[in-house]
Amino acid sequence: MQEVTPGNSAGAPAPKGIVAELPLPARRSFLGVLLGAGMASVGALLSVPLLRFVLHPLLRATTPLAWSEVGNAEELAAALPTKKLIAVEQRDGWRKIVSERAVYVIKQENGQLAVLSSICPHLGCSVAWQAEKNVFSCPCHGGLFASDGKLLGGPPPRRMDFLESKIEGGVLIVQYQYFRQLVRNKEILA
Amino acid sequence: MQDSRLSSHKEQNKPPAQSEHGRFFHWLDRRTGIDALLRAALDEPIPGGASLAYVFGSGLLFLFLSQIITGVFLALYYVPSADHAHTTIAYITKEVTAGSFIRSIHAYGSSAIIIVLLLHITQTFLYGSYKGKRELLWLAGCGLFALMLGMSFTGYLLPWDQKAFFATTVGTNILSEIPFVGNALKSLLRGGTEMGTLTLSRFFVLHVFMIPALIFVFVAIHVYLFRKAGAAGPIQGDAATLEKSAEPFYPRQVLVDIVFALLIICGLGLLAHYWPVDLGPKANPADTQYVPRPEWYYIPVFQWLKYWEGAFAVMGILVIPGLIALLFVALPFIDRRGERRPWKRPVALAIYAIIFAGLGVLGGLSRRGDLLDPAIRSQFARQRADVDSFMKAPFEPELAGSSLVAANLALANPLANQGKAIFEQQTCNACHGDSGIGTAAAPKLIGVAVKYDNEKLKALLKQPTKKMTDGGMPRVELNDADLRALISYLDSLK
Repeated sequence: MQEVTPGNSAGAPAPKGIVAELPLPARRSFLGVLLGAGMASVGALLSVPLLRFVLHPLLRATTPLAWSEVGNAEELAAALPTKKLIAVEQRDGWRKIVSERAVYVIKQENGQLAVLSSICPHLGCSVAWQAEKNVFSCPCHGGLFASDGKLLGGPPPRRMDFLESKIEGGVLIVQYQYFRQLVRNKEILA
Repeated sequence: MQDSRLSSHKEQNKPPAQSEHGRFFHWLDRRTGIDALLRAALDEPIPGGASLAYVFGSGLLFLFLSQIITGVFLALYYVPSADHAHTTIAYITKEVTAGSFIRSIHAYGSSAIIIVLLLHITQTFLYGSYKGKRELLWLAGCGLFALMLGMSFTGYLLPWDQKAFFATTVGTNILSEIPFVGNALKSLLRGGTEMGTLTLSRFFVLHVFMIPALIFVFVAIHVYLFRKAGAAGPIQGDAATLEKSAEPFYPRQVLVDIVFALLIICGLGLLAHYWPVDLGPKANPADTQYVPRPEWYYIPVFQWLKYWEGAFAVMGILVIPGLIALLFVALPFIDRRGERRPWKRPVALAIYAIIFAGLGVLGGLSRRGDLLDPAIRSQFARQRADVDSFMKAPFEPELAGSSLVAANLALANPLANQGKAIFEQQTCNACHGDSGIGTAAAPKLIGVAVKYDNEKLKALLKQPTKKMTDGGMPRVELNDADLRALISYLDSLK
């Protein structure tokens, strides 16, 4: 039974009897460079999928904001302004969050339908439509808006905010967004 | 003392370090002793020289490393809960860039480990390398074998698809055949009497924390004992010749080992790229039709268990496998002769061959049984079709729990639905927010029914407290039916 003690190899001259055409250091450094280069290139190649895997949430083409259905455009046009609850869908990695938000559908001067956020640009309360007075009023601090959302009075700094909307196949759809409060110009909150 | 030691160290290491390597290496070496460390690691003499036969050990180490890396990366997106595990694996497989590739490397890697492990054991056995004061080395190897089987068993459940769920249900049921403590053991492993989210948590913790930690320890012991005993070398040859032809581990054996590692990773990469691992539909414990089959290396054992019924089950499940395992573990204690040439060890070789041939035959019988049974074949076809259609469908994100309030309301109960209409009619939502989520003007109503019972709510609505009226809360003027509906709606806000 051949027993080899590994301890003697540390720092000691290489074991006897090695057949080598080249002196050991030279042969070793050549192979070492070869191995190092080979392993580095394979390692680099393999790290590409790993990197892409990690960076997926950052590199994925930013998904456009989801469009939410408001309702049939013709039906909506019948009685305005109309309050509608829409389901807003947000993606969060492998899950989606669906929340309900209220919007108002109005008719603009040019006859086009438009969608207003129901959030008061003053401090964020929900603005209520008062059909009998033909105004939007904020129950918190008395902000008043006309039926097209123009500011009539009270503390709000600007008119009610328009949401991006369009009609597709007869259905009014909207992109729900939040806007900064207490500023004169509409500013999207990320 | 200190000085003399330093100078002797210098005398020993300085000249070669400077001639072979640069100044940085010398600088590093004086602080870390890396030169001596590398020499100890790389100058390990291999009697008889480098050989392809010795690649399996380092191949296993390489595969284990690959499993750790891919496993850690998979954990970036995986959630170990019965609710989300399947969704997150589907997300990894269908959506995340390179996700299917990395998951496939990990899944195929586990099979590769079993294959290389069997090759490693076979080489050790054929070469008689367990002989000559290597009993503990063999035992540490047996420990690693068991731990690796544990890794594949626990990892199999984690995707929480049909096949994972049912294969693990069967696998853990086997435990209950153990007399006296079997059921307790099964419940301990499952975290309850049935398979559920606690089972998944336990398997996850075993798979990523406990077993890997033990594997690190056992690998360290195994490698240490290997270096202590030294490489066993070729089957025959007299000591003098072998010593003469001995060469250090580096460079030739390292080169051979690396070539083997490259072959493994290329093989895994090609498999993962061209035949990515699939994922079945989410586990459905109510499915009574599903025919589970374990991973290929467990099939022989699975088939073996079929032959043992009733009172004899203990024999087949516990006694016979236990004896074989014991025989395997005790091998270096039983076979104490120094003889290493396989042709001079017919009995040991015959037993080894019979056991492995037996496993092969059992595997073949299982496959044959499945192919001959039309009922099983058609069920397999159905299961295959289910997996294919699930894989083809685009990724379906999971609806977050907090979103369900709105989504489920319409279905919940008509009274609450009616109450919702009243809530909006009365413009309660103007202050309390739509779906009672609250606004700057008034608090949220979600969970209000937990705080107050229905009678109290009714009283508060009819006659708000001073604090409430100060905040702008009006008295609610409604008839009893409408009030009931409104309260029913408030009840539903959770």
